[in-house]
Formats: sequence, C-alpha cells, structure tokens
Amino acid sequence: MSQEAIPATDSRTTAELPAKPRSVWASPIRRREARDGIVFILPWFLGLLIFILGPFVAGFYYSLTEYDSLLPANWLGVENYRRILFDDDRFWLTVYNTVWYVCAAVVPQVVLGLLLAVLLNQKARGITVFRTVFFMPSIVPIVASVSLFIFILHDRFGLLNETLYQVFGIVGPNWLTSPDWSKPSLVLWSLWGIGGGMIIYLAGLQGIPQTLYEAAAIDGAGALRCFWKITIPLISPTILFVVIMGIIGSFQIFTPVFLLGSANYGLAAAGPMDSLLFWVVYIYNQGFFYFRMGYASAIAWLLFMLLVVLTLIQFRLAGRWVYYEDEAAIR
Amino acid sequence: MPAERAMLNIALGRFEGKSRKVAQSSLVYCLLVALGFLFAMPLVWLVSTSLKSNEQVGMWPPVWVPYPFVWENYFVAWTSGRFGLYFFNTAFITVLATFGQLLTASMAAFGFARLRFPGREVLFAVLLATMMLPFVVTMIPTFILFKNLGWLDSFRPLIVPYYFGGGAFFIFLLRQFFKTLPTELFEQATIDGASNYRIYYQILLPLSKPALSTVAIFGFLHHWNDFLAPLIYLNSPEKFTLALGLQQFIQRTEVRYQEMMAMALLMTIPVLMVFFFFQQYFIRGVVMSGIKG
Repeated sequence: MSQEAIPATDSRTTAELPAKPRSVWASPIRRREARDGIVFILPWFLGLLIFILGPFVAGFYYSLTEYDSLLPANWLGVENYRRILFDDDRFWLTVYNTVWYVCAAVVPQVVLGLLLAVLLNQKARGITVFRTVFFMPSIVPIVASVSLFIFILHDRFGLLNETLYQVFGIVGPNWLTSPDWSKPSLVLWSLWGIGGGMIIYLAGLQGIPQTLYEAAAIDGAGALRCFWKITIPLISPTILFVVIMGIIGSFQIFTPVFLLGSANYGLAAAGPMDSLLFWVVYIYNQGFFYFRMGYASAIAWLLFMLLVVLTLIQFRLAGRWVYYEDEAAIR
Repeated sequence: MPAERAMLNIALGRFEGKSRKVAQSSLVYCLLVALGFLFAMPLVWLVSTSLKSNEQVGMWPPVWVPYPFVWENYFVAWTSGRFGLYFFNTAFITVLATFGQLLTASMAAFGFARLRFPGREVLFAVLLATMMLPFVVTMIPTFILFKNLGWLDSFRPLIVPYYFGGGAFFIFLLRQFFKTLPTELFEQATIDGASNYRIYYQILLPLSKPALSTVAIFGFLHHWNDFLAPLIYLNSPEKFTLALGLQQFIQRTEVRYQEMMAMALLMTIPVLMVFFFFQQYFIRGVVMSGIKG
C-alpha cells in the first residue's frame, strides 16, 4: 500500500529535475488511472452520501425536532433528549432491560465460546462433525430459530418444561409469559447461537504455532498453565474483537426480542410487563408504531453515542490486556 | 544440567503422556458428545415436530420419530400461509440485491486495491469508519428518504441500496483479496493495451471467484434471513417475504406448531444447503470478519 502511494521512481526523477516537480497526476496515464478509479468507486461513494452520511446527519437533525413524517418537522432543540433522559420512565426500563441482556449474553459468548473453541481445536477423530454441529445453529434464520424456541419454551407442553417436570419433577417457569423469565429465555436462545463466535476463536487458535506448546511441554508446563500463558495472550486480539462486536451487536439486538415480545402481546408490545422492551425495540415502537420520528431518532442517537463511548473505553483498556505479536517483535 | 532435565521431561512426558492423553481425550469426547447432543437437539426437534400429527405434538414421552410421517403439514402450511408467494418474493429480492452487492462492491474494491486516484487513502479510511456505524442511527432517516421517494411497500428499498457499494465490509474483504493477486498480471494487461474496465471484467473477476463466492454467500444469508427491513418497508401481505410470513405464524392465537415448524424448516433448508455445499467459503468469510483492519 505504502509503496504504491509514493512510487520510488517518481521521487528519483523529481530529484534530478532542477525545476519545480510536476504533480504525478499530470501524466496522462496516471490521469486516466485516476479517472477510472473514481468511476469504479463512484457507486459506493454515491451510496456513502445518500444512504450513510446523509441519513446520519439527517437523523441528528430529526432528533432535535418533532416529526411525524407527514407534517413538516418542528424544531425543538434538545427537548427530545431532555424528555427521554428525565421524563421517560420507559426509556430507563429500556436501558435496564438492554444492559441486563448485554451482560447476560456477552459474557457466555466470550467465555463459553472460547472454551468450546479450545475443545474443538483438539486433534481428535470426527472433530469436524462436532464443529459442524456447534456451528450450524448460528446460521439458522433468526425467525426460524425463534419460532423453534417459542415452541420448545412453551409453558405447558414445551420440550423444556415437559422434561423438567417428567424427569426432574420440577415445575418449570413460564419462560415467555413471566416478566422474570423472558430475558433468560432470550439468553438461552442466544446461547444456542454461540457457534458463530466459536468459529472466530477457532481460527485464532489455529494461528498459534504448535511449537510454543511443544516447548512449554518440554519445560514441564501443564495444560492449564499452557492455556493461561500461551493461549490466552496469543488469542487476546480475537477476544477483544469478539467482546467489542458482541457488545455492539447485543445492544442493537432486535429481531428475536421483537418476535418473542410480540408473540402473545401484539405488535406494539414488548413481552410481559415490558420486560422485553429493548433499545431498538423502543426505537421501532416510537418511530414506526407511534410515528414519533424525532423522538425515535433521539433515542437512536443516544444509543450511538453510548456505543462510541463504550468502544473507545474498550480500546483504551485493551492496551492493558491485549497482546499484539508484531508490537512485541518491534520491542 | 538443563539439557538433562529437558530430556528427563521428554521421557517422563512420553511415559505419563500416553495414559494421560487417553484419559484426556476420552474426557473431551464425553464433553463434546454431551454438548453436541444439547446443540443438535433443537434442530432434530424441529424436523421431527414438522412431521407429527396434532396428537403427537405435545405428547410425553416425546416422540422423536413420528409415525406415520405427516407430510400434509407442509402442504397445509404452504398453501394456507401463501408460502409459495413468499418464497418467490424472498428469492427475487435476494437474487437482485446480492447481484448488486457483488457488482458494486467488487468495483469499489478494485478501485481501492489497484487504481491510484487523489484522496484514495482518506476515502478508504472513511469506508473503514462506516463499518463501525451502528445501523440504528441511519434506520429512521433512510425510512423517511424512501417514504419521500414513494418507495414504501415495494421491493425497491430492499434492493436498490445494494447497488451503491453493497456494504463496507464486503468492499474491505474483496480489496484485501484483490491485493493478494500478482501485480505483474495487471501490468502486463495494461502494456498489452487493455483498459481498466477490461482488466476488471476479464482478469480480476474470473480470478476472484473464491472471494466473490464468500460475498455472495453472506449476501444471500443476509437477504434471505432479514426481518427488520421487510418489516419496516412492506405492508401488503402479497409482498411479504418468508421471514414476515413466518412471523405471522408466530402472531396467530391458534398456533399449529407442526405447521409452524414445517415452514421454519423450509426457510432453513436453503441456508443449510448453501452451508454444506460452500462450507470452505463460508468459514473463510466468518473468519475474515474476525481479522482486524
């Protein structure tokens, strides 16, 4: 990349010339190349303006207005934000529900995903079959897997409660209709899809040179010691990636929450006693159900700002626990 | 001394290692089998329920192999839920949108990987930055944009945006791949008088089938599974996609689970087929998403 940006031959020729160096773009060949380059990226560039930057700026503008998408927007200033933060109890319930889920779902994604990957990284017969079994659930369409879980978690004749009752004599909770159990149900669903993160870890694990483990074994290190002293440090960049993507993704989770929340309660509802009122579900409710586009945009911007702050904090903290091999080589 | 110590360790390791290894690997197997059973069970349950008669659905002990197979479930659900139409709609959107992604993402990636133009590095940084942008920030204004264009309740909002770059991540993925192709190829073609358009079409694309397949698979998965965008943009039932059709099943008060499971399985089968046929591209894509920019 860098050697293309500043071609060595150019700097040599300009050094020989006593006159002012001509711009590289003056040559007709380079001009044609530049023109073609712009043509090739043009669709993306227009998309950037129309579908990303434009809406990004417009969204911030809408968040400062009252707008129902029919009448012209009515300027409010920061009123929407003030109302959300100080007068809207449902917003704080939303924050509570979402943060609850993020904590309960990301930790197993990161920890269990890694342990599963370590298990599946063994050289054992038939291991690829196991990898397939664990990975497959994560690609099942969400609507399909949620339908399946609605059935399995059915209060009376779902497979889970039937098994709990018939085998263990426990009367299972009302997974989907009790406000205490709707979020754990969602976590159960997310656990089933843990294979997505597992595959990313597996790729990281396979990048660790086997010689390190052999050397450690010669020095008498046990399996646990190897895990803490070799596996964890060398895979820490992958862990950071899974953590960051897990947090960003979980904060924005919509489809399964909306499906579970509206299954017995109608489209505007969010599960028993709003226990499945999550951030993006609330944006959907305000924006597309009540047509409060300005208010919904403000809620979206609050989530955006929170995610930016959280991601920055994680990159800052990453310096303390993430190990980059190339950096170590420089030192 | 240390050398002797190491030799001793190796010897001991070999000696102890054998029995320890056997114990270890059988423990790993037990764990894997138990966990694998847990993970596989829901899918088995999905298949089995979709073939059950109404009485067998809620039975204890659970019926794993229904007798007889009630294939009618598929037929009843397919016709009562207009799934033929939804299937067609979903396939239509998926094919057109994925094609747009392949075309414009590969174009942009070619521009960023092989052609030098002023501002390239800055624009590429912007591209990487947009990968981090959460979709919720643009969701409402984009909806308003399509509303003003009069495109609501049509397939256009689900297709047209994908003809404008097709997603930053895919451009990034393809650019990384294009950069690995030998420069001499392109130089030789240029010397022989081929234009950049011809190079793109006759050299770059044919050489990039693996990377393009990865993009195609992920595009397919995204459009096939997408729920939020069809939910927001489509209102008339005759325009619904499979995801929306299945959601209607969930919303029903009188649910016949065997039919719901049949349709859930029908929606899943194409995804699983793509997974099994193109496993290598598939895993590569997931892994690529884990590689830092």
